[in-house]
Amino acid sequence: MDFLTVLQILDSTLRLSTPLLLACLAGLFSERAGIFDIGLEGKMLAAAFFSAATAAATGSVWVGLLAGIGASLALSGLHGVASITFRGNQLISGVAINFLAAGLTVLIGQSWFGLGGRTPSLIGGGRFEPITLPFAEALSGVPIIGPLYAELISGHTIPVYVALLCVPLTWYILFRTRFGLRLRAVGENPAAVDTAGVSVVGLRFAAVAICGVLCGIAGAYLATGLQAGFVKDMSAGRGFIALAALIFAKWRPWYALYATLLFGFLQAISLRPDVIKSLVGFNVQIQLLDALPYILTVVILAGFVGKAVPPRAGGAPYVKER
Amino acid sequence: MDRMPRWADIVLIPLINLLLAFLISGLVILAIGEDPIEALKLMVDGALGSTYGWGFTLYYATNFIFTGLAVAVAFHASLFNIGGEGQAALGGLGVALVCLMVPWPHWTIALIAATVGAGLFGALWAAIPAYLQAKRGSHIVITTIMFNFIAASLLNYVLVNMLRPAGSMDPATAKFPEATHLPTLTDFLEIFGIPFAARTPANITLIIALLACVAVYFLIWRTRLGYQIRALGKSEPAAIYAGISPVWIIMITMMISGALAGLMAINNVMGEAERLVLNSVEGAGFIGIAVALMGRSHPFGVLIAALLFGFLYQGGAELALWTSIPRDLVVVIQALVILFTGALDGMVRTPVERMFLALRRRKPQPTRGPAE
Amino acid sequence: MSDTTEGRPDGAAPAIELKGISKAFGAVQANKDISIRVMPGTIHGIIGENGAGKSTLMSILYGFYKADAGEVFIAGRKTDIPDSQAAIAAGIGMVFQHFKLVENFTVLENIILGAEDGARLGPSLSKARKELTQLAAEYELNVDPDALIENIGVGMQQRVEILKALYRRADILILDEPTGVLTPAEADHLFRILEGLKREGKTIILITHKLREIMDITDTVSVMRRGEMTATVKTSETSPAELAELMVGRKVLLRVDKKPATPGANVLEVEDLRVVDDKGVERVKGVSLVVKAGEILGVAGVAGNGQSELLEVLGGVQTGTGTIRVNGQEIDLTGSQSDARTRRARGIAHVPEDRQRAGLIMDFKAWENVAFGYHDDPAYQSGLLMNNAAIREDTEGKIERFDVRPANANLPAKSFSGGNQQKLVLAREIERNPDLLLIGQPTRGVDIGAIEFIHQRIVELRDEGKAILLVSVELDEIMSLSDRIAVIFDGQIMGERLPSETDEKELGLLMAGITDTTHDHSVEEIEANLARAHGEVH
Repeated sequence: MDFLTVLQILDSTLRLSTPLLLACLAGLFSERAGIFDIGLEGKMLAAAFFSAATAAATGSVWVGLLAGIGASLALSGLHGVASITFRGNQLISGVAINFLAAGLTVLIGQSWFGLGGRTPSLIGGGRFEPITLPFAEALSGVPIIGPLYAELISGHTIPVYVALLCVPLTWYILFRTRFGLRLRAVGENPAAVDTAGVSVVGLRFAAVAICGVLCGIAGAYLATGLQAGFVKDMSAGRGFIALAALIFAKWRPWYALYATLLFGFLQAISLRPDVIKSLVGFNVQIQLLDALPYILTVVILAGFVGKAVPPRAGGAPYVKER
Repeated sequence: MDRMPRWADIVLIPLINLLLAFLISGLVILAIGEDPIEALKLMVDGALGSTYGWGFTLYYATNFIFTGLAVAVAFHASLFNIGGEGQAALGGLGVALVCLMVPWPHWTIALIAATVGAGLFGALWAAIPAYLQAKRGSHIVITTIMFNFIAASLLNYVLVNMLRPAGSMDPATAKFPEATHLPTLTDFLEIFGIPFAARTPANITLIIALLACVAVYFLIWRTRLGYQIRALGKSEPAAIYAGISPVWIIMITMMISGALAGLMAINNVMGEAERLVLNSVEGAGFIGIAVALMGRSHPFGVLIAALLFGFLYQGGAELALWTSIPRDLVVVIQALVILFTGALDGMVRTPVERMFLALRRRKPQPTRGPAE
Repeated sequence: MSDTTEGRPDGAAPAIELKGISKAFGAVQANKDISIRVMPGTIHGIIGENGAGKSTLMSILYGFYKADAGEVFIAGRKTDIPDSQAAIAAGIGMVFQHFKLVENFTVLENIILGAEDGARLGPSLSKARKELTQLAAEYELNVDPDALIENIGVGMQQRVEILKALYRRADILILDEPTGVLTPAEADHLFRILEGLKREGKTIILITHKLREIMDITDTVSVMRRGEMTATVKTSETSPAELAELMVGRKVLLRVDKKPATPGANVLEVEDLRVVDDKGVERVKGVSLVVKAGEILGVAGVAGNGQSELLEVLGGVQTGTGTIRVNGQEIDLTGSQSDARTRRARGIAHVPEDRQRAGLIMDFKAWENVAFGYHDDPAYQSGLLMNNAAIREDTEGKIERFDVRPANANLPAKSFSGGNQQKLVLAREIERNPDLLLIGQPTRGVDIGAIEFIHQRIVELRDEGKAILLVSVELDEIMSLSDRIAVIFDGQIMGERLPSETDEKELGLLMAGITDTTHDHSVEEIEANLARAHGEVH
């Protein structure tokens, strides 16, 4: 296996990890604030559809991105109303949002485009184009570092870099700001936040909104970056892999990066059975690779490799108590 | 004292929730430029207007009774089994193995064996998340979601690499032998002289589904096991105090739940397809969530809700056939039903409770309430 | 503001004045037309039984609940308190009975939460650190700012709560049942802190149901009964007996009538019992004790010193190591046979400390609760199914014999008052004719009338020759019911005393882990002892 193949696989790892990472950080904000979100999948799907549809109509990927974020935010708002305002079951609300997105995207897609739920293929300004980082050309001659920079680090679309930047940003917000302190507190003991004179509802809605924005970027990237248009059910379980990665990462931002890179790598390598064979010497079943993120998460959840302790107040609506 | 009468709790509120879900569904249909009244007419006509339509409606309803009961039983122990999809898929594998591996002399014996196979495989697939919840505290919602995906991969593997007949490109098993084919509902009703359309997928599994409703009713409200399940569902510390083992009850409840989901396979795999194909469950496991929520986890409620969803499924297929509204409309309705009966229940409940409280205040109190 | 002082001659406006506060939860009137004046720089006690409405009133003052009617004046100015934010802004600080701390945050993080300066945390933390040192010196409120809450003891956590209020510049401090989790020595220290705060001009409201605390520390006391304020008097001009009468509305018999015990053979023998909790902390450290037939052994101690675990292991709710014999036969403590079911089969009945969490299923009907724990009883079965009719019939008998009101077996447990709930549990456990009755906090949250009834039934059971192990944090209850008293501290029995040969002072010292009870001990000495027991290193 040559250097170029390694680069190719790492390159697609990065691209495939991006939606997982964005969705995982989205979930991190929500769950750190005590709102469980199994509706990441639905929000991504809705964002993918509306970004692709809008980009197709306007020819601008940026307008598409905004539409995607808007759609995702709307579903976030619904989740917030159900689980914060009306103190409903957060898990059930998440399930409903997933189905709502799965059904509505096809229904509206069929009505708008009549392509069986697809959007027209995006061309030109309707997609995110790869950007070349400075000196990529100049450095490409340098052995190892050159191609590594030019092929792997440079030449991705903007959402990839945004996702990577979100990792330190998330860490900073959570652990170095007033908002982060309150956000973590509201996921651990909302009564402490409430008695300290801070609005539990406000904080939780803020967290859910951030979750919506990040899911929106993730979904828009799926349809306008990774692929050129929307197809039915295109999120394909990525929201659940992101959820798995979140548990795998024990609700921490840097670990989230590592977990999503790992799961992205598994997706990248399952596209290259020839490489797997040359690596391990025999055929590894694609189905096993597909299932691996889920199996790993179950192992982590079972506490065989360190214990994943979710935020203490997670999943429970806040009711004032004396 | 209760805040409102029992009938309001079990009939009025679900009804309002449902109406809200349908109202919004109607608005969605309007928004995509179709006529909701016309759509409803088409659905009713297609699903209930003929015994042919009923045949499909009842077939779908049979699936949903099983998956709905599965979710409902787990709900009683405060467990959210979101893994019906995977458990039903594994049930299908159990049915396929039973039907293909043994040369059955008659469908009755094959049915009994397939029922055991379906239930067993579904139960075992639920047993792993159950064990992890009971012994290791792993959240059952997350593990059952994960197990849905693992089941899909597993079935994919088994169908492609093991059960696919030589020379076939289709990831599916061979057709089951003739002797395992179940009588259709038409055959069954003929015994009583009731005419029913031929060529519908409804089969005698419907009878088993109805029996399952009765069995679940007795299990939950009349047996010691059901008592213990409900007690654990209400309070774990109290259950331990009473000598009820949470580990044991979580295991047994989830295995019953998984078995019920698995039993769906005798309807769709053995009764209808007569072979195991990829993604045979087609989301019925998830519809079980909507059915259980709407049915308030009561077997009778589950039966009603399953019939409603059977109607929606068949009606939705008819809509897709005659209009440009895709079948996915049903997914939207399903989402709205889950949303309103499950997550937004409080939105309806609180004002209704207030209304009853206000009504009661206005009436003069005939007797004094309970002391203090 | 001069107009709002209503031109009273002394000129000083009350720190807090409530006028006509009412609050109902559904059909329950928690507060009825309550008016009260709290003068600045005083310690004002509010006393009343459980459920008298004290906490509801204070929650209204802290913006947790909205009053249905009435007005609040702070320092003479009419103030609306829609939420905690407003309460804090009005200078009110509250120390809740259940602390509102984030367990995995540090002391410092908890203190600044909600009172940060600016969006970045760094400056807020360093500022708070400085201020904390100052406050600590000023009011004897020493805490380690970098310790995690989950790693410090309850006394320390309470100080963090007080510091939180002071950091927010509170002038009025409300403490809700602050001594429930403290030893007498820790409580003394708390009171010293409160005296210090009072000297600095702070106003303190102390909510409690303990008469002694009211008499010891308050300047003025208000008494609440059934949602109403029955009196406000100067502490120096009243007596415990008068207050008790005001609390319950009639003369209280604090003594239980009972004959001397006639102990028989050993029913329960416990040797070297040890219990380790989920976190790996040893909560019971080698307890040995004996309970004989026909006697009540009372276990006294501050909550959280292992008495709950002791009761739970005996009841089969927890596992432990050591030896337990009932009627001479050893009981399996760890194996698969170690659960509450097998304990019941061995003649052990158990009235748990927390009836709402463990003893009853609140949503189950009364008759379903009567079968609870005894659902395997053959009398309750008919074939494969449960014989619900038989259970109902049994329940109706119990309701009659134990005077449970309302006498309706079909009502869910949550519809009964605390006392009637406890009677249901007691009926279920006592009528099984056990050899040994384990009973924890028998009268917590129970109205006075039911307390007498419950105490009588416990004594009657003793007179029938049964062994009774009583765990209670109410020293009065232990003193009046027990035939022998064992004091538990930090998971160990500090000593046994006869009620006739001891007093509250000696028991108090034992409860603080000091066995040398003949000399006087300083609070510092007692605190050091407690700190060692909590495993804190300083």
